[in-house]
Amino acid sequence: MTRRQRQRVLRGVLYASAVAAVVALAGLADWVLLRRNFLDLDIAATMFPDVLLVAARNTIVYTALAFAFGLVLGLALALMRLSSIPPYRWFATVYIEVFRGLPALLTIFLVGFGIPIAFQTRWPVLLQITLGLGIVAAAYMAETIRAGIEAVPRGQMEAARSLGMSRGRAMASIIIPQGFRIIVPPLTNELVLLIKDTSLLFVLGTTPATKELTKFGRDILTARANATPLIVVGVVYLLITVPLTQLVAVLERRNARSR
Amino acid sequence: MSAAGEGSDVVREGVAAIRVEGLQKSFGANHVLRGIDFRVDVGEVVCVIGPSGSGKSTLLRCVNRLEEADAGSILIEGEDIRDPDADVDLLRSRIGMVFQSFNLFPHLSVLRNLTIAQRRVRGRSREEAERVARGNLDRVGLGEKADAYPAHLSGGQQQRVAIARALSMDPDMMLFDEPTSALDPELVGEVLAVMRDLARDGMTMMIVTHEMGFAREVADRVVFMDGGVVVEEGSPERVLGAPAQERTRRFLQMVR
Repeated sequence: MTRRQRQRVLRGVLYASAVAAVVALAGLADWVLLRRNFLDLDIAATMFPDVLLVAARNTIVYTALAFAFGLVLGLALALMRLSSIPPYRWFATVYIEVFRGLPALLTIFLVGFGIPIAFQTRWPVLLQITLGLGIVAAAYMAETIRAGIEAVPRGQMEAARSLGMSRGRAMASIIIPQGFRIIVPPLTNELVLLIKDTSLLFVLGTTPATKELTKFGRDILTARANATPLIVVGVVYLLITVPLTQLVAVLERRNARSR
Repeated sequence: MSAAGEGSDVVREGVAAIRVEGLQKSFGANHVLRGIDFRVDVGEVVCVIGPSGSGKSTLLRCVNRLEEADAGSILIEGEDIRDPDADVDLLRSRIGMVFQSFNLFPHLSVLRNLTIAQRRVRGRSREEAERVARGNLDRVGLGEKADAYPAHLSGGQQQRVAIARALSMDPDMMLFDEPTSALDPELVGEVLAVMRDLARDGMTMMIVTHEMGFAREVADRVVFMDGGVVVEEGSPERVLGAPAQERTRRFLQMVR
């Protein structure tokens, strides 16, 4: 056999194995059982409209709060990390290392239970959520923002300073706007991670009005002893996250072209 | 400090635009400037030439304190820019700077490149800033590019915008750091033409350049630097035509 023929045979074998595997799985699977447990349309129907109007809405609200908090604190930390004043740098470095190194769940416990017990206070639940997720998000975003600021060519700061701008003015008008343009793709990735991390928030305890997607699905799973709710909320997650990751891909392609 | 605030029309007789004395600068173990004395008078065009690594760009960058000198004094219209109490931002706003790599702000339109510092530093209104900007764009022949973004301009056009941006601050003097070195050969002429016009209008200019023809034609004085010192200076005819120093002769033979 020539090389070409061998390759053709190999490809044929690979295709045939894939088809055989699919046929075997389809034949062996208990379709009735699968369908009853994962795609029970009656159960799915009972989830609407609350899965969208309450659960998805809460997931989006919690993500937005934590993202906004993380972005503001992250920017502050990034600027501290780049500061010429050593104590600011040290603080930012320690903060970033600590909260990137801890599980998000631990921070959520800390904000939701540790601090209330220690100080005998009770914070509004939205504040607990914002801090619980935002404190960790800020650590990641600080590093992303710092990388963006450092990616702006040095000549930009020099040009701004030579026009008489102060360092702070040059940062605000010239450097940070360009830095953020560079980091829109990685920041969108942070947003996707944050959306998924909202599923940890159930540990703070929930009322029917504060459930996010995962807790909402899980509670119906328990009530109905059926996995369908997980499929439904899974699809809702994907409807939110896949467009975002696709957007990242588009932005990255555009960034690559403009350079 | 008092005269500084009164704007750019104040010309003081007898005070040099730039006066540098005993300037020293090292980068680590590399002693780049070894005691430079240098001056540019008001209305004078001075071209600084010399081999790469001679310290000429470092000298220029020390003048507006983009580099911190280690020793010596740098007086801008009589004010010491190295003085810890000096308002460096204000002094810099009176010194136009043009870079080898243009350094336009890529996220802003050409017009906004020219207005942002006028508005944020000079505190001009949008209308006034745009009027000044459009005037300077016309001056460099790019009046129709006001709404373009830097990425859509040729290198020569970008450098002309950069010159217009510096001019929009109404500077008392202009510094040029190898303004044509990053340009394709066919684009050098348009930038030099703009600089020639500026010189004719009486702008005080310090130009670090490799364009010997331009230096000969436009400069009032040529300064040759090598190894971190000023080797010789004088009229372009003398320094470029009949150099007194062996080092100058060797350099001029090499660039020819």
